[in-house]
Amino acid sequence: MIPLWYYLLLSAFLFACGVAGFLIKRNIITIFMSIELMLNAVNLSFIAFATQWDSLNGQVFVFFVMVVAAAEAAVGLAIIISVFRTRETLNVDRVNLLKL
Amino acid sequence: MLHLILFLIFSAICVGGAISLLAQKHPINSALSLIVVMASLAMLYLLLGAEFVAAVQVIIYAGAIMVLFVFVIMLLNAGAEERHGTSRVALMFGVPGLLIGLVAVAWVLLRRNVSAGQVMIGALHGSAKDIGRLLFRDFLLPFEVTSVLILIAIMGAVVLARRGGE
Repeated sequence: MIPLWYYLLLSAFLFACGVAGFLIKRNIITIFMSIELMLNAVNLSFIAFATQWDSLNGQVFVFFVMVVAAAEAAVGLAIIISVFRTRETLNVDRVNLLKL
Repeated sequence: MLHLILFLIFSAICVGGAISLLAQKHPINSALSLIVVMASLAMLYLLLGAEFVAAVQVIIYAGAIMVLFVFVIMLLNAGAEERHGTSRVALMFGVPGLLIGLVAVAWVLLRRNVSAGQVMIGALHGSAKDIGRLLFRDFLLPFEVTSVLILIAIMGAVVLARRGGE
């Protein structure tokens, strides 16, 4: 029997780690992994609230988040492969196609 | 008491994995750290009584998605990340800002502790049967839309990853 805010604090820390990785990393694959970390942090909050409010809806939403994450991983990694083919690099600083 | 000890162990593993993800230079090490985080998160879900989600976490996240990541890292033969000087401004404002943010979140959560209540172990039955009943009855339309999303993602991945693009 432990307080809910333990879980919420852990979730907030993981989300902060994901944001930090998104901002400081230069490798496009690592940035993508940071996004997955953020999704996982949100999932933990969902499960904690679902348990506390005695409702299964939160767990169903976690299921949907996982499905969207799987689809996103497939498309994102395909984009990474395509970028690597044309640019021969994984460094996001070198990929400036959309830069003005 | 056992719940608290298990929570502390697995949250420590989780935090260590997340920090290791940030600290590693090579993407394959980051991927392995992320697998550790996901596996310990599955144990935390189990502690919260969400059996189905814990199983799916291991199968989909730690299994499928991370295998995809590791496969792509090996396919592209990605080397270590080159570092060219960390931004001084980021260090000066980012680290204190992050700490202040975490303390603020902890403060708010502590203040609301009275109404936040306690998380009971095994209080909820998050088995595959219950989730499935809910999924196929109340969430049938989103579930079907999900299948369309997956189909579109598969087609998009195939089109994007095709060589040449003729």
